[in-house]
Order: sequence, then structure tokens, then C-alpha cells
Amino acid sequence: MPPSTQTRFATLFTPENPLQMAGGSRLDEVVVAYETYGTLNAEASNAIYICHALTGDAHAAGEGGWWSNLIGPGLAIDTDRWFVVCSNILGGCQGTTGPTSTNPATGEPWGLDFPLLDMSDFVTVHLALGHELGVEHWAAIVGGSLGGMQVLEWSLRHPETLDRAVVIAASSRLTAQNIGFSAVGRQAILRDPASPPDSGLATARMMAHITYLSEDAFEEKFGRTFQQEHSVGGFGVDFAVESYLQYQGNKFLTRFDALSYLYLTRVMDYFDPFSRHESLAAVQACPVRYLVVSFDSDWRFSTAHSRRIVRQLEQARLPVTFREISSVWGHDSFLLDIPEYHDTIRAFLGAER
Amino acid sequence: MIRPELALLADLVPHDSRVLDLGCGDGSLLAHLAASRRCGGTGVDIENDAVLAAIGRGVPVIELDLDTELGEFADNSYDVVVLSRTLQQVREPVEVLRQISRIGRRAIISIPNFGLWKHRLRLLSGHMPQSRDLPYEWFNSPNVHHATLVDLEAFLLDQGFEIEQRIPIDETGRTSRATSWRPNLLASAAIYRLRCPDTASA
Repeated sequence: MPPSTQTRFATLFTPENPLQMAGGSRLDEVVVAYETYGTLNAEASNAIYICHALTGDAHAAGEGGWWSNLIGPGLAIDTDRWFVVCSNILGGCQGTTGPTSTNPATGEPWGLDFPLLDMSDFVTVHLALGHELGVEHWAAIVGGSLGGMQVLEWSLRHPETLDRAVVIAASSRLTAQNIGFSAVGRQAILRDPASPPDSGLATARMMAHITYLSEDAFEEKFGRTFQQEHSVGGFGVDFAVESYLQYQGNKFLTRFDALSYLYLTRVMDYFDPFSRHESLAAVQACPVRYLVVSFDSDWRFSTAHSRRIVRQLEQARLPVTFREISSVWGHDSFLLDIPEYHDTIRAFLGAER
Repeated sequence: MIRPELALLADLVPHDSRVLDLGCGDGSLLAHLAASRRCGGTGVDIENDAVLAAIGRGVPVIELDLDTELGEFADNSYDVVVLSRTLQQVREPVEVLRQISRIGRRAIISIPNFGLWKHRLRLLSGHMPQSRDLPYEWFNSPNVHHATLVDLEAFLLDQGFEIEQRIPIDETGRTSRATSWRPNLLASAAIYRLRCPDTASA
């Protein structure tokens, strides 16, 4: 049976059972958009949670799914074996409660009154969705980029709820350069006087997109070719790469919201789990098996970021597997079908021990 | 069942040790140590199929270059560091041994013996040695250093290691009277249990 591709919605927090957030705020209503693929077995022991990246959504697998090359029947995350869950994260704009949702107290959209988010808030909501679906323990949790950061946070805070954690192209602490890119993207949005700030959001997306690919990938895709047969000069779109970025920026406007972009990028800036006191104590008491993967051409979250995660975990004596996969495509490699990469995930999930 | 040589090697590892297996291949040693001696630890390799096989066995593997990236491991973080048939393949044996003594308390090393009589005969007949333990042609061999057991032992002592035990083995990976009688001539390879030099003050 092909994976179901219908997005469903669950109301996980209500005024009687509100979401208590790490920053001290409270949300009286949280609705989560999610999809599931495959079948949960009788013991509820074959469940895998997929955490999406900055601009992802619940539609991970099936036609048009952002990770459909990885998740499906016979694929590395085999839906004939695993019951796979993916949800849109808190603060997002693809069906889960976020800054564009209505504030029940005012009847108006939250806007910038929406509370600031912490990585652990995402995890709290994921666990609540699991509870709703009858899954208290996950065979694996898997994520790339911001998704990998959620996986790391989840494994450190609630190691008793999972067996394996797969952290791909992620970071445990953004560098000043990472925060710099993040900040300029937000400034583009915040300085756009229009409502919605489409031009700002498109600009943020264009710049971010440059960081998602490697220099070699841009060379291979575009080189210095012109969009038309000959250069037209001037300040408009002339080079093919300009056209591509403009297209990516505009396309982004049809599916993403500027406020979500602000909230979600900010969470990444502050994420620094290993700086917490006794950050590894819980997982040391209840070990999780880790797979950490980086890509050699990724300069957004380079291999150095993954190695730092690996050092922390390995020196805490946790079982950790690390691979640096060779790929020309930069940070976006985590979304691509690269045989060594997918074989690694398949082998890791397949190991019994 | 694991290869006879790995079984001999595993017998040198104390129960409940934390083991770092450098050049772990398909992870069979660490899987065996986990099952039979309650050992934990990490394998290191860089060859895709080997790494996938090790991962598939549930062995944690960290992919890195032994010549340049052993600094990723902390001082005194493993009880035992294993280097099975790998020392002859690294570019800088001195540096790799220095890292091993920094990372571990004990090392278990195995290495093919270039001094085996067959190898000597091959050289006398004008050809590079070949045998079950050295199955390569000169141009495709991953072995970039060749040593006899006599040379190796002098080198290990020179690097500050104490040789606690030596197990000379034949081409089937087993010990015999012959290999013990004249190791440098009759052993095809040898396994050493070493106490690492104290690097705490270094």
C-alpha cells in the first residue's frame, strides 16, 4: 500500500491542558498538522518520528513529500516495516499553531505577540502527538538540519522515550557566521514595511538558499551562464543564478510565512544544549544509540558542527556512529538520494543490537 | 564465528573493557567482545562497505582518518585500543602510536611478519614477498610499511611501550609450537598486548 498522504490535525493542548513553554509562556490551544505512513504494530514498537527542517512540513513522504526519496515502501526508512510520523513544528505555518494562528484571547492573529520558542517546546509537542497516536516509545527519531537539532534536544531531555537518534547535517551550537546569516534574513523581513513583508521574506530565502548549496554546486548548476542567450546588462536578472534565486524566493512566498521564519530561525540561534548543566546526565543514565551524519561540502553546518556533537556524545561514553558523506551539493545534500547516505540510515535502523 | 586470529585477540581484552578498535573493518571483533565480554566501545574505519557492515551489526563506528584525526578522542578515554593489521597501513606509525598511548591504557596490536621464511625465499628468488597474510602485488598493496617482528618489537620498545604478551600465529591465524619456537622466521603474523607509556605528564 502506498503511504497515505493526507495531512491530519490533532488538538494536543487546550485551556484545560495548556502547553507550558520553556520560556515561561503558556499556549491554551495547540493544533498540530501531521501525517503517518505505514502501520503501527500491536506492541507499538515500530514507530519512527521525523523532525523537519526550517521550512519543511508534515508532508514528508508520498507524492511530493520533501523526504519521499528516503521514506516509503522498500526505501531506507521502509514503511513496510516502520510506522512513520511527521508533523509540522510548533511556530510553523503549514497547519500547526504558529504566529499566524488566532490568539484565542483576542480573536486576532498572534503576530509578534506569539511567545518566543525554545527547541524543547518542539519536543514537548512531538511527545504529545506521540501520546495521542498511542506511541510512548520511539524506535528512532530522525531529522536533518533544524530537524536534527530537535532530535538532539529530544534525546538529551527524554532519552527514555527512544532507542535511536539520527542527527543529520545539524549543529549543537551555531557559529557567529551562522547567526549572522540568520540575522540578515530576519532584518530583511523586519525592515520591509509591507504587510505581509513578501519582499523581505523572498530576500531572506534567496540569501539562505545560497548557504544551502556549495560553491561547486552553484558552479555545476549555473556557472556564469546567462538566462537569455546573450547578456542583457543592467541591474535586472541576467545571470542564470539570479533567475534561479529569484524563482526560489518567489516560490517560497506561496508556502511560507515571514513570522514563522522569524520565530523558527531564532530558536536555532539560541540552541546550545551542551552548555546546560549536566546536559548529558539523563541520556547517560538511559543510553540512546546515535547516528550523526555530515556532508563534506556543507558549509552551513559543516562537518565540524557534527564532529562537535560526536565528541560530546562519545566522550560521555554513549554509543555514537558518525559518517561524513561525500557530496557536492552542500547542506541540501540531506534531502537528496545519495546511496552511501541512505544505505547508512538503512543499516543503522536495521541493526538489532 | 569470528576468525581464529580475532578470537585470540579478543582473549587479551579484559571483561567490561571500553575498547577502541582502529581499523575495525566489519565490526566483528567489537560485536564479539560485546556479546562475550560485555565490552563497549567504538570502531573506526573509513571504507564504505566495512562501515556499513559494522553499523548493520549494531557496532558504533566513527568514520575518520587514523593518520590525521585521532585527536577527536579524549585522553585516557578507552581501556584498550586495538590496531589489528593496520599499523603497516598508516602513513605515520609513530604519530598513530603516540595517539594510541594518549587515548588508551593498553594497546593490542597485530601485524603481518615480513620476516616469515616464505617471504625471505621470495626475496632471494628476486620477488616481493607474497603469502596469505601479504596477498598483494607491490603496486596495489595497502601496506605502506613492512616490518619483521624483530624490527617491530625494537620499535615498540623505542616508543615507550611495554610488551606484556606476544602471540605469534601461522597463516591460518592459530598459534603452534613452530610459531612460538622461532617467531621471526616461522610466524606469519603476531599479536601483541602492550602497556602504553604513561603520557599523563606529557
